[in-house]
This record gives sequence, structure tokens and C-alpha cells, in this order.
Amino acid sequence: MKEPQQFRREQVITIINSVIQKVEAAETVSRETLYGELRGLHDLVEALRSELATRPGEIRGTHIPSATDELDAIVSATAEATGTIMDSCEAIDELTSRADEDLHGRVVDQITKIYEACSFQDITGQRITKVVNTLKIIDEKVEKILDAFGPAEEFKREKQVKDEGPASLLNGPQLPENAISQEDIDRLLAEFD
Amino acid sequence: MNTNISVLIVDDYQTMLRIIKNLLKQIGFNNVDEATDGAMAFQMMQKKQYGLVISDWNMEPMTGLELLQKVRASGGENGNVPFIMVTAESKTENVIAAKKAGVNNYIVKPFNAETLKSKIASVLD
Repeated sequence: MKEPQQFRREQVITIINSVIQKVEAAETVSRETLYGELRGLHDLVEALRSELATRPGEIRGTHIPSATDELDAIVSATAEATGTIMDSCEAIDELTSRADEDLHGRVVDQITKIYEACSFQDITGQRITKVVNTLKIIDEKVEKILDAFGPAEEFKREKQVKDEGPASLLNGPQLPENAISQEDIDRLLAEFD
Repeated sequence: MNTNISVLIVDDYQTMLRIIKNLLKQIGFNNVDEATDGAMAFQMMQKKQYGLVISDWNMEPMTGLELLQKVRASGGENGNVPFIMVTAESKTENVIAAKKAGVNNYIVKPFNAETLKSKIASVLD
């Protein structure tokens, strides 16, 4: 796929300056030359417009929803794991309460440290919420850019086109709705036997 | 420190409620009620007198600060209840706003059991 053209501010300024010079020297510059310069400027603006119309669309349609889903999954997974850790701590506390007092006291001291550490879930949850809110603000800004460059298009989540090769298999943890179960994996592997 | 009082803990994170409840249990407080936002806590405070409130700040629909302001303004049985804010909001202006609203102590998350115990002791003794 062709790489998108990189636009530099200097490039636009150079063309505009060139057009101004030629307009100022209109008597000595042909109409065709002036038209060519304006055409170049027009093409550059159009190409930039086209670039802006596709890239923000990808950001809105794919990248931001994907990022927020992943962040929500982090909050959900850490909350579940923290709940399990605390269930175990409460069970250990209960079990050792029947043992001798000194042992129970020492176990409780260690459990307390686990409880303290578990507060990370609250803090990370709040931090992730801030990130999600920031992404929503970016989403709104991108929408405004799209509106400024023409009618809003409907962007759907594009199915990622996978390249063949080892790197294409590195997708990290999957969201629950995209993951297959261990039973599915066992069944799939059994089909190779 | 009288650990027989009723304590109300307020936080929208279930995990945090569990952590605080367990830490309170280890300090010796066994009479602990829970609320998941300021509005629910305020309702509970209309029906029962508490000896201590430990509240998060950032909650919806009613924040911990709004709860504190409402409790202090309402007078009544819980109008002067010792109130500790436990929050990740750690800017100076937050602490000042809480103090102006009548908070008795302020704990920044994350915190440890010793901090919780010492702050509780400072408002109850």
C-alpha cells in the first residue's frame, strides 16, 4: 500500500509565496505558469483533505473503540482478580482464627499487607477512567475535524487485514468476546490428531 | 479508642469497601455498614446514628464532598459525626475544600492499615 504523503507546513508556505511572487509579477509571468502554481496548491490542499478524511476515520472507527474496550477489560480483569485474592485472604483469616493466637496474629499481619496492596485496583481503575475520558475528548476533536472537511462518513470497525508472518500472530490478550475457550482449543487440537 | 461504635464506609469501588471493612475488622471495628455513593450514605444516615463516617470523594451521583456538606448542613443526630475522607484526590485545593466543609481527617489512597488506624484514633479520641 502506498504510504500517505507527508505534508509539511514549509511546503504549503513555499507554494503560496511562489504564487504571490508570480501574481506580483503578473505582467511578466504567463497565465499558464500562474495556473500551474495555483493548481499545485489546490492539489496539495485536496490531498491533505483526503488524508484527514481517512485517518481520523480510522482513529474514530477502530483505534479509539478498541483502546477503550481494552482498558475496560483491564479494569474488569483486575477487579475480578482482586476479588479472588480477597476471598482467599478472608478464608485464610477464618481458618487460622481457630489456630493458636500467636500464629493467627502473624497470619493477620501478612493478610493486612495483602489488603493494603489490593488497593492498587481502585487507583488503577481511576487512572484508567481518566485515560478513557481523554480518549473520548480526542474522539470529539477528531469528529470536529471530520465535520470541517465534509459530511461525516459512517466508519465501521474494520476487520484488521492480517499479514502473513510471525508478527501477525502477536495480538496479545483477547477481549472475552473475541477469545476462544479452553474447550474450543482442546477440540481444535484434537482435530489434528 | 471505642471500637463498639457504628461505622459507615462509602466508596463506589466494591474492592475498596472490602479492603476498608477488613482493615477496620482487624483494628477491632465489627459494626460496619457500607454505601456505594453519597446519596445512599445520606439516606442511611437519616435512619441510623453513626460514630464515624469514612468516605471516598469521587463518586456519582453524590460525591463525598457533597455528602460531607449535606451532613454538616443537616444538623440532626449525625450533623457532627467524625468524618474521614479517603481519596485519591491529593491536590492541596481538595484538602482545603474538604477542611472548609468540615472534614475531620483526610487520607490519600493508597494507604496502609497503620495510617487508617492513626487517623481514626485522632478523630475519635
